[in-house]
Parts: sequence; C-alpha cells; structure tokens
Amino acid sequence: MNSTPGPMNFSHAGAAPSVLLTGTSSDAHTWNLVYLQLVLEEIGHTVANLGPCPPDELVVRSCLDLRPGLVVVSSVNGHGFNDGLRLIRALRADPELAGTTVVIGGKLVTDGLRNVGMVRRLTAAGYDRVFDDGELADFRAMAARSPYRAVS
Amino acid sequence: MTTAPPSAGSPGAPAAGSASFGAFVARAYARGELVVQPRMGFGDPGLMREGLERTRAAEAVTVGTLTLDSYTRVNDLPAARRAVAEGVPLNGYPLCTHSPAVSRDLLDGVHGPRFPVQVRHGSPKPEHIVAALLSVGLDATEGGPVSYCLPYGRTRLDEAVASWRTACAMLAAAGGTTPDGRTAGGGTAAGRAADRWRADPRPADDEPASPGDPVRLPHLESFGGCMLGQLCPPSMLVAISVLEGVFFARHGLRSISLSYAQQTSPAQDLEAMAALRALSDELLPDIDRHLVVYAYMGVYPTTRSGALSLLEAAARLAVESGAARLIVKTAAEAHRIPTIADNVEALETAARAARSAVRRPPVASDLDTEVYAEARALVHTVLGLHEDIGEALLLAFRQGLLDIPFCLHPDNAGLARSFIDSDGRLRWSDTGRLPLPVTAVAAARKLTSADLLTALTRVQRTYDPGGIR
Repeated sequence: MNSTPGPMNFSHAGAAPSVLLTGTSSDAHTWNLVYLQLVLEEIGHTVANLGPCPPDELVVRSCLDLRPGLVVVSSVNGHGFNDGLRLIRALRADPELAGTTVVIGGKLVTDGLRNVGMVRRLTAAGYDRVFDDGELADFRAMAARSPYRAVS
Repeated sequence: MTTAPPSAGSPGAPAAGSASFGAFVARAYARGELVVQPRMGFGDPGLMREGLERTRAAEAVTVGTLTLDSYTRVNDLPAARRAVAEGVPLNGYPLCTHSPAVSRDLLDGVHGPRFPVQVRHGSPKPEHIVAALLSVGLDATEGGPVSYCLPYGRTRLDEAVASWRTACAMLAAAGGTTPDGRTAGGGTAAGRAADRWRADPRPADDEPASPGDPVRLPHLESFGGCMLGQLCPPSMLVAISVLEGVFFARHGLRSISLSYAQQTSPAQDLEAMAALRALSDELLPDIDRHLVVYAYMGVYPTTRSGALSLLEAAARLAVESGAARLIVKTAAEAHRIPTIADNVEALETAARAARSAVRRPPVASDLDTEVYAEARALVHTVLGLHEDIGEALLLAFRQGLLDIPFCLHPDNAGLARSFIDSDGRLRWSDTGRLPLPVTAVAAARKLTSADLLTALTRVQRTYDPGGIR
C-alpha cells in the first residue's frame, strides 16, 4: 500500500519529527493514534507515534530527545483527565519543555460529558489546547497552522 | 438452537459437577445452550457485586466477568490506590487494591459452580493479577503473551512471554499440574516461578481449599482472536488464538478457550471459526477447550437498533459456528462505559437470538478456504521455528512472520497492512514478510486517514439506520 513501506509507528525516518503523538499511561487504545498519525502526515507533519500506554517518563524523555514542535496527547479510555493532568505537570516541570506546544483531546472522562471545569484545569496545568471528542476540524486547523510542519 | 451432539468432543473434559469455568461451559454446550458473558467492571465493590448478581439473574445462561481497571492492568497500583482513596471513578474493578476480604465478600454467594466468574484485564505482565485472583478463590481468566501485549502498550514482547510463562505456571499449579504434567511443586523452573509468587507475602492471602472442595481446573482464554479489535485479517486472528492456546497447554493449562471476534463479513467469519476449530482439534487434543465469539470489537453502531442487531448477528455466528460462549457488547457501547442494565439487556438480547439459531455440523468443505490455508501456513511456520513455543513466537515477530496490521508496538514489524475488500472481506494489502503466497495481496495503494475512517466505521454504518446494508 505505501510505496515505501516502513514500520507503522514512525514516519520521520531519522530526522526530528515535527509532532510527537502519544497516548496516556493507562490508555490502551490505538486506533485514535493510527488515525491521528495519518491526519497529521496528510497536512505535512512528520510523526513519532509513541503508541498506547507510554509511561510519563518516556513521553518526557522522548520530547527531550526528539524536540518536536508539537506534542499531541490523545486519550479515549475515560482516564484522560486524570492521566493528562499528571502528564502535563511532568512535561512542564522540565524547564526545557516549558515552551513546547502541548495539546490533548479525545474522550477524557468516563461519563462522556464535556466539562468546563475539566478544560479549565487542564489548560491551567499547562495544555495549550483541549479538544473534545468531535472537535477534529478544530484540531486539524490548529495542526495545519503549526509552524513546525516539514512540508507546507 | 438445536441440541446436536457437541462436535468439540474434548477428551480432557472435566467431570460433571466440577466447579470449573470450562466444565460449566461444556455442560451448557452439551445442552445446546450458548453461554453469554458481559464485559463488565466497576471500581466500587457494591456496584460490582450488583453487576454480577444481575448478570446471574438475567434470562440467559451466563457467566460473570470482573473486568479490571486500567491502572491495575498496567500494574500502576499506587495510581489505583489513590483513585480508590480519592473516589476518582475507575473504569474497572481494582482487584489488587481492594483487600482480599473485600473481594471475597463481593464474590460470596454469587460466584460458584452454577455461576463461574472470569477475570478480564488486558495485562502483558499479569503475575500480580493471577496471584490476586487465585487468592480470592477465582481461577478463570484470559489474555496471552501476544494478545495482551502487542495491541495495548510498549511492554517488550519477550518480557510478556516470560511473564505469561509464570502466570500459566501459577494457574496450572492451582489446579495441581505443571507444564510436564507432574504434580505441582516438583522443582521445574515454572513450578519454582509459581512458588516465588505464592511466597509473596500478602495479607490474608492464600486460603487453603477445604478437604471437601472439588479439584480446581483453572481456565485460561486466549484473547488472540481480538487483535486490535478490527481490521486484522481473520487468518491472523485464528493463528494467534491457536498459537496462544498451544502456549497455554505447553505451560500446564488443562482447560482453555480460543477466541475470535466478529469482523466485517459474516461468510468470512464462519470460515474463520471453522479454521479455528480444525486447527485446535489438530494441535490441542486432550485439553478441555471451547471456542468463544466476541461481538464486534471495533467502532460500534451509535443507534440502539443498530447496536442490538449487530449483537444478534454475533450470537447467530456463535451458534452456527459451534462456539460455546459469546462475549456481548451493549447498545451503549458507542457512547459510554455501559451500565449494568445495558449489559443485562445485551445478555438477554443475545440469548434470544441464539435460541433461534441452529448449530451447523462441520463439513469437510468448510476448510476449503483462504482463511484456513493462510491460518494453517502461519501456525505451522511458527511452530516450526523453535521447539519452545515462547521462543517460536518471539522469532516469528522478530522476523515479521507474524505481523499485526496497524499495530504500533515496537516489537511488531509493522510491514503488513490490511483493507476491507469490495465483497466486505478483510484481506491483505501488503503481506510484508508473512509466510503467505503473493496471491494473498489483494490491493496496493496508500491508505489515507479518510480511507482508514471509512474502514473503521464500515460496520457502524452498515448497522445504523440508513446504512449501506
């Protein structure tokens, strides 16, 4: 299918990826990550996809190693609020990652309801944007505006 | 459903009256009844008990499920403890966090020979879970070194294989067997591994069975038929399920089940189940075993009518293909974690659909299929790689001889890709290094995010009103 077949989990072929895409530590879902990888690649990004269940330390280390311009956290298991809050605190705790753009989206709580307080707490803790389930168009527009794309 | 004699004659079948999970399912199968089972887990013990009680009381032949929460699954027990302490809702039951006494109370009078309960978890390194379930009197669970590792995280496959060897030995030892068939505690490596876990000092842990108790026959189900939930060609699902079954048997399990998840083509699903039956008959004689169908594991219909009719199709597949058990999905699946009432409705809907379906006796031509030929080639190639099944699985993934399409795990070759063909069947668009003929490749073009979404939502669109059915 791909003219240059390569492993599924990265498309940056050695160079620094423009986006680090990741699930959260307790979230085993992967289709959201496969789909977002394709979406991001189609608007010109190169993607390192950490896949499901990365420990917070791995996300931090990968950000420091790969220096992506944009970090995308996707969660659909209902623990996204809790896990995402812990993850952003770990990322922002490192001064070198204080200015990295980090966004989160998906189904972030178990009851499936959008919650203004939740969005406020996530942004207060350091996320640049919080996308609800169904706000893909907004996500795509944000990612397309990102100055870090490999192709424009 | 008819009461034709069971074709899955299993020489190792447990005696009638045994308390085991496998025996319960075998008795229902012999009566011509499909066992239906929810995927249910709640953090609160009271709610979890209510879920089991109402599963048991449903108008259906049911077994119970304790689905564990994701923190317990990844062995982040501090996070599970914090969540319980702070009242943060969990997406399953934290078996390793609530005390054994709490879990025993929860099971007391519900779990038993007439209503066995299976622990479902998704852990690539499940020793802590197996220790906990054995310590509260349970002995049925599910998973596998491949199926609980590759789809769900980054745990190295070799670590998962090592952990599942230990977990199998722990389960087998609870039933009094070791991998070589001797009585437990006989000094094998697996026996010693199990001993180490059993020696792990936990409060109020191992309650010795009273002398009158029937011998336990621990049961382990391979989740191999569900890899990534959707878009995996059925031949690969069958192969992983059979290979994990062989792994369990070689590590001492005497009662197992093999799974297959409903996919995009009812005809191909029947072929896959026939292949699963034939390969398990061939490679797992003398083991108590049954086949399990999972209602569709991918993107679920959003409407009530669509969701329930997809479930009914799964129930018909289960009965017609000679499966003994069905794992249901609910009408709420697309929207939220299902409630107890959602689950009861699903169990009763599936049981009704099963009663109007007819078990089809296997015929030789069932195996004259692409699915069987591919599954057989995959299974026998892997078994030929190494005499140790764990090593054979590791070699197979390292060499890309097993390769799960769209799986992001670092130990998956990631070269094989699949697609839904115009006839609705799942096929290969790239076989990577799989030991399959080039004719197995049915399409070659780059998949876009829109194509992927179309494939992922095909079943949803088919079953929701106004769909393409």
